Parts: sequence; structure tokens; C-alpha cells
Amino acid sequence: MKTEHSRAEMIKEISGVNPLKCMKCGKCSASCPSYNEMDIKPHQFVSYVINEDIESLVKSKSLWKCLSCFACVERCPRDVKPGKLIDAARQIVVRERGKNYLLADDIPELIDPDTPQQLLVSALRRYRR
Amino acid sequence: MQRIGVFVCHCGTNIAATVDVKKVVEMALHEPGVVHAEDYAYMCSEAGQELIHKAIKEKHLTGLVVCSCSPRMHETTFRNAAEKAGLNPYMVEIANIREHCSWIHKDIEEATEKAVILMRAAVAKVNLDAPLKPGESRVTKRALVIGGGIAGIQTALDIAEAGYPVDIVEKTPSIGGRMSQLDKTFPTLDCSSCILTPKMGEVNAHPLINIYTYSEVESVSGFVGDFTVEIRKKARSVDMNKCTGCGVCQEKCPSKKTPSEFNRGLNTRSAIYTPFAQAVPNVPVIDRDACIKFKTGKCGICSKVCQAGAIDYDQIDEIVTEKYGAIVVATGFDMIKLDKYDEYAYSQSKDVITSLELERIMNAAGPTGGHLERLSDGKAPKEMVFIQCVGSRCADNRGKSYCSKICCMYTAKHAMLIRDKYPDTNVTVFYIDVRTPGKNFDEFYRRAVEDYGVNYIKGQVGKVIPQPNGKLLVQGADLLDNKQILKEADMVVLAAAIEPNPDVRKIATMLTASIDTNNFLTEAHAKLRPVESPTAGIFLSGVCQGPKDIPETVSQAGAAAVKAIGLLAKDKLLTNPCTAHSDELLCNGCSQCANVCPYGAITYEDKEVNDHGVRETRRIAVVNDALCQGCGACTVTCPSGAMDLQGFSNRQILAEVDAICR
Ligand SMILES: Cc1cc2nc3c(=O)[nH]c(=O)nc-3n(C[C@H](O)[C@H](O)[C@H](O)COP(=O)(O)OP(=O)(O)OC[C@H]3O[C@@H](n4cnc5c(N)ncnc54)[C@H](O)[C@@H]3O)c2cc1C
Ligand code: SF4
Ligand code: SF4
Ligand code: SF4
Ligand code: SF4
Repeated sequence: MKTEHSRAEMIKEISGVNPLKCMKCGKCSASCPSYNEMDIKPHQFVSYVINEDIESLVKSKSLWKCLSCFACVERCPRDVKPGKLIDAARQIVVRERGKNYLLADDIPELIDPDTPQQLLVSALRRYRR
Repeated sequence: MQRIGVFVCHCGTNIAATVDVKKVVEMALHEPGVVHAEDYAYMCSEAGQELIHKAIKEKHLTGLVVCSCSPRMHETTFRNAAEKAGLNPYMVEIANIREHCSWIHKDIEEATEKAVILMRAAVAKVNLDAPLKPGESRVTKRALVIGGGIAGIQTALDIAEAGYPVDIVEKTPSIGGRMSQLDKTFPTLDCSSCILTPKMGEVNAHPLINIYTYSEVESVSGFVGDFTVEIRKKARSVDMNKCTGCGVCQEKCPSKKTPSEFNRGLNTRSAIYTPFAQAVPNVPVIDRDACIKFKTGKCGICSKVCQAGAIDYDQIDEIVTEKYGAIVVATGFDMIKLDKYDEYAYSQSKDVITSLELERIMNAAGPTGGHLERLSDGKAPKEMVFIQCVGSRCADNRGKSYCSKICCMYTAKHAMLIRDKYPDTNVTVFYIDVRTPGKNFDEFYRRAVEDYGVNYIKGQVGKVIPQPNGKLLVQGADLLDNKQILKEADMVVLAAAIEPNPDVRKIATMLTASIDTNNFLTEAHAKLRPVESPTAGIFLSGVCQGPKDIPETVSQAGAAAVKAIGLLAKDKLLTNPCTAHSDELLCNGCSQCANVCPYGAITYEDKEVNDHGVRETRRIAVVNDALCQGCGACTVTCPSGAMDLQGFSNRQILAEVDAICR
């Protein structure tokens, strides 16, 4: 397993977020529709990454409670994008399971023809990079 | 018999909504002496004053009562209006029916009744008013600045630049104050002495500025425009005119064990010393408590090595008496003592230091030559912890209730400078709030976090525990992550609260200038007169009035200078004619009035009096008009009713009481 330091670095790289820009104002948490479901709150994603406590982050309920609605990203006064951090943490979990990516050719088969267009757009938005 | 006009103001709805102003007018017309009464929406306006003017002329009024707001607001306005119409301004009385009546009552009937009573009392007083004429006093065109920190330096320079002579009294051997102890200064990080030293030199060279260092104000008497001040020039034991500042005495002095005040006791100095290399004046003093010659009579080495023959062991304190028109207080601040904050282990570990000590450690001229190192073992610290608000924002009796204002910024500065010079050293700051209002200040703090990776943690530290291995265990909490934190640090820096220099109490008493419960000098008005003391002729500059950084100190210093210049530019001041006088036939010379007079205005003279045909010499109280401030303390103290105050005579006050009780 990777060290906490390298996992934190990876999260920063995947998300493109500089957590030091955060001024701990709490607006992300105030905006988050899943706040009450979360054990680690959106403003804390940032400090967990700064403090390199990634294990707690990936084990948290929040990892799967975040809706990727990106309200936090939209409203953060310092352009920190905390939602992208939790997103990156999810990707780390996926990667660590060995399922790093999808092959482009496999995608059409995986998609249920009834999947709404909107969901596809949202997924792309979530994972675009 | 007076011919009195009563003018009742509505103050828009401020008064008229609660007081039946028409009723007050109607009632006024029944009062003795009243020949005219009217009401108006805004008496203080041009149109209102015009009404007053017209009534004085047409009805040949000899006295006025204006029922309006507090005399603090508009007494001068109405007195000037009366004077323009040819009336003596002291024939005007204000009945305060706003602050004392409409603003504090809800019931219209009650409020109206009270307004009528206040009007009646004022009418009774005007009936006994007599025209008064203010006297004149001269203005000594010289200013005194107490304290030679950056505040005092800037004020003195600004006053002198306007062409008035200034004396600075500084109690330590050099001017410069705290700023001379600082390393670099936020928000631009320029070196403190690089920007201060030229100003010190300028003050020293200015033909209109005279500096008394190692000196203190001994006594102050007099009043605005005409203060007499005694200054104690402590014996320096070195002749200022002969000393060349070579420093050889300090080198050779064998008594080298006295903690250096300038370096906050982090190292020692000799008995004969200048506090720092750029000291102004560059003339040492002998600390007689440490000097072997003064203690045992032996030694005298400095005198032998001094080529200029400047050492003079026989010097004695000298008292200089000088007159001033204006006095500026600029006595600055110190850090609080930390003996009540044992939890931070300040007295237990040499590696727990205050921020001001850190300034000295970071300074190239400081005790470690500018190397950041632990004072216990000289090792370079790898983990530094800063603790904010130590002794600030405390409601208990250990600390101060206020925010010291400068520490958030100087800690960001310290953290940034350390990370810049020693990138391997981690810096953690425990804070309650980060307070950085000011031009480019928040950006400065953000740079510490974003560009220099300083770790800010929200939460005060609970305690610091020195470990057997020499480390310091810091126990704090991260309130945003809800975690308790245990951190091993090599050095802990405490942003201790600042407080006014303790001897400011003595100075304030001498000047009859008021101070608040924290010993900060009080301004005449928190918003509108922030650099003036309520005592006329006394001005405030720098941290002695409240916590400030250098830019704010310098702006306030300039503002205080302007106020002082405004005073010095006048040739004469009008004095308040409402002063006390004793009736020589009633005075029995008991001395009680002199005991209560806060301004020392009363003396006694042996006077020949003619008491119903009997001629005899009696000891009689005499009031100095120039000193009397009209406070009235003597009039109520005098057991024989001999003391009376012009404009507020005993008869007038009793007439007012009678009118109220009628
Ligand atoms: C650790 C630390 C770091 C700081 N860093 C910065 C910074 O980076 N940037 C910034 O803008 N500000 C900084 N400051 C604030 C700055 O030091 C003050 O704003 C400034 O020194 C205030 O000047 P002053 O003249 O009012 O007071 P002081 O500097 O205290 O000067 C007062 C003078 O009056 C003298 N005095 C006192 N009592 C008497 C008396 N009875 N008779 C005669 N003389 C008397 C004193 O000896 C002293 O010389 C810092 C302060 C601290 C503590
Ligand atoms: S993206 Fe996630 S963390 Fe951000 S507001 Fe939406 S649900 Fe909350
Ligand atoms: S909104 Fe942005 S700056 Fe504020 S706490 Fe959240 S991430 Fe930090
Ligand atoms: S004056 Fe006193 S202490 Fe100084 S050298 Fe001379 S003796 Fe030493
Ligand atoms: S300036 Fe900052 S550290 Fe200083 S007392 Fe105020 S909040 Fe605390």
C-alpha cells in the first residue's frame, strides 16, 4: 500500500486542488445537500488532505454520500473545489481495487440503453480530466 | 428685570413626538420675566437662528432659554447666535429636553410635564444671569512629547516641520522604542532599523528638536497653552558634550552580568552601556546599580580608557524647568508578564519564548547573531509552534479583555520569515481567529499559508509540557477536524498580549488626563476626537492610546501633531469666564477649598478687610482665574459659603431647585 503522503499527493494531482488555499470559512459545508449524512464534512476533506490522513477519508461514509453536485466547488470563495478532493479519494479507492480505467470500446456494451442522457453527462462531468 | 425669550425646538420628531411643544411654549409665557416664547422644527438651523435673532431685536430680549438638545451639541451655536444679535453669550441657557427628556420617556404627558419643569428651571437661572467676559491667556509656542518611540519621533518631526520647537523626553538612554527592537516589519518585510534609524537621525539633527534621554517628567502644572513642566535628567555619569561614542568603555568594563533590557534579558550587557549600536544619542550611561565603582569605590576603568575624558562619576540628577503650550503623550507599550500563564511553561523552559524575544533572536544584531536556535542547547529547531492570543481576549484576571491587534500579523511575519530562511523547519500556528484587517494584510497572511506552507490550526493550546528529551509537547485541539492534537515542538513562541507602559498611570495623574481600566489613555471622543485627551492641550500618539501597528501609529502621530500645531498657532486662548471667587467678608481661611481643588488654583493671601467698619487682616482664599476650570468643587466644600462660581452661582442653583420644586 502507498504511504499516506503519496496518497495525499495523488489526491492533489487527480483533483488539481491546492488545499492550502482553503481559509476554513465553511461555505462548502453550508452548501452541501448531503452534509447531514456525512461523518467527515466537506470543509474537513480539505484539512484531512493537508494533514495527510487519507485512510480516514477513504474509510469515511462521506466518500459515498457525496453526490458530486459540486455546489461546494461552485460556491467556494477561494476556488478550492473540496468536492473534487472527495472525488479523487473515490478514484484512489477504485484504483487500489485495480480497476483504474475503462476501455473505450467496452463502454457502449456497458451502458443500458435506458440510461438517461443526463446521467451520462453527469458522469462525464464527474470524471472528466 | 430681565426680558427673556423661550425657544422650544421640535428636533424634527425627536422631541416633538414625545413632548407637547406647544404646551411648553404656553407655559413659558406664564414664567416671570418671559416676554416671548415660540417653537420651531429645527432651532439650530439657519432659519431657527434667524427667529432668535429677530425676537432679540424686536422684543429687546436680555436673556434666552433654548429648550432643545444637550448643551454639548448646540450651546455654542445658540451663544454665537445671541452674540450676533448683540446679546452677551452667557445670557443663554439650554434646557435639555431631548437627551434628558424626550429620548428617555415614553408617556407624552409625563415628558411634557418634565420639559416644562426643565424650562422653568432654566428661566429661573437666566433671571439671575449676568453678562460675563472670557479672559485671555497666552500660548507658549513650544511642545513637549513624552516618549521617544516611533510615535513620539513622528509627532516631534511633524511639529518641528511646522516651525515650532519641540522637546522629547525619553526615559531610556536612547530614543527608538519597540520599533528599534524589531527585525523585519510587516506587511512589506523591510528591516525595521533601516526605516527607523534615518528618522532617529533626523530628529537628532533637527534644529528645533531637543531630546532629553534617560529623563523623566517630574511634575506638570499650568493649563492648556501654558504648562510648566519639570524634567528630571537622570545622571548619565558620562558628559554628553565630550563623549565621542567610541564604545571602548563598554568593551573594557568588567561588570558584564546585567541582563540586557534591549535584548529582553536574553543576554547581558556591561554596566556602562548604550542599549544598541544605532542608539540616539550615541552616548552611554552608567547603570549605577551594576557599576563596581559605585558599589565598592574601586574600578574606575572606564574613566581611564576614555580618551575624551567624558566619564563623570560625580554627575547628579538635574531638574530642568520648561514651559510648553501643548503636551503629546507617546509612552507606548510593553508585553504583559506571563507569570500567570504557567500552562505554557514559559518560566520552565528556555525554549518557550515571547514574540518580542523571537524578534531579538531573528535580528542580526541580537543575542544569537540572527541565527534561529534553541536557547537551551543552541540547536536549530525543526518544529516551531506559535500560540496566538496569549493573555489577550481573556475575561479572567490573568489577562486582558482586548485583542492586542498586532500579533496575528507579526506571527504571520515570523512564520513566513522562518519558512523562508529555514525551509526544513515546520511551523504550526494555533489560533482562535486570524485577524488581519488592513491594507494588504490578509493577502500577507494568505501568503504565509499558501506560499510558505505554514500550518494554521484553529484552537488554543491547552498546555505545553517540557519533555525529558528537551522537546516540548504541545497539547491542542483542531476544532475544525474535531481532533485533539499532540505535537512535539523544539520551540514554542507565545504571542503575548501588549499593555500600556505601566508608568503611564503616573503621567496621566500629573496631566489630569484620563485612562481606562486597561491603562490606555482615553480619547476625548472615541470617533470624532481620537487623538485628543479630554484635558485641553494634551494629545495622544501611538500605542499608549490603544494597540496599533507602525502604519497606524505613524498616522496617529501625524494627527496628534496637527492638533498640537493648531493650538500652538494661536497667539491667545479665550479662557472660561465661569471661574470661582471667594467673598473676602465670608472667607475664614480654613483651607478646605484648596484641599479639594484638582487644578491647584487656590492660594491664600493675608488681606486687610473692612468688616462692618472693623479693619483687620485676614487669611483669605484667592483663586487664580487662569488655573480655575470652573468645576465647582470648592463652592460646595466651603463651610462659610464664601466661594461662588460665576455663571453658576449658589443663588442661581438654588433658584433652579426652587423652580423645579414649585
Ligand atoms: C513582537 C512584535 C512585533 C511587531 N512587529 C511589527 C511589524 O512587523 N510591523 C508593524 O507595523 N508593527 C509591529 N509591531 C508593533 C510596533 O512595535 C508598534 O506599533 C510601535 O512600536 C508603537 O510605537 P509607540 O511609539 O507607540 O510605542 P513604543 O515603541 O513602545 O515607544 C514608547 C517610548 O516611550 C518611552 N516611554 C515610556 N514611558 C515613558 C515615560 N514615562 N517617560 C518617558 N518615556 C517613556 C519608552 O521607553 C519608548 O521609547 C510589533 C510589536 C511587537 C511586540
Ligand atoms: S459535491 Fe459532494 S461535498 Fe460538494 S456539495 Fe455536492 S455533495 Fe457536498
Ligand atoms: S468553501 Fe472553500 S475556502 Fe471555504 S472551507 Fe470550503 S473549501 Fe475552504
Ligand atoms: S564605571 Fe564602573 S563599571 Fe564601569 S568600567 Fe567603570 S567601573 Fe566598570
Ligand atoms: S491580534 Fe490575533 S493573536 Fe493578537 S489578540 Fe488579536 S486575535 Fe489574538
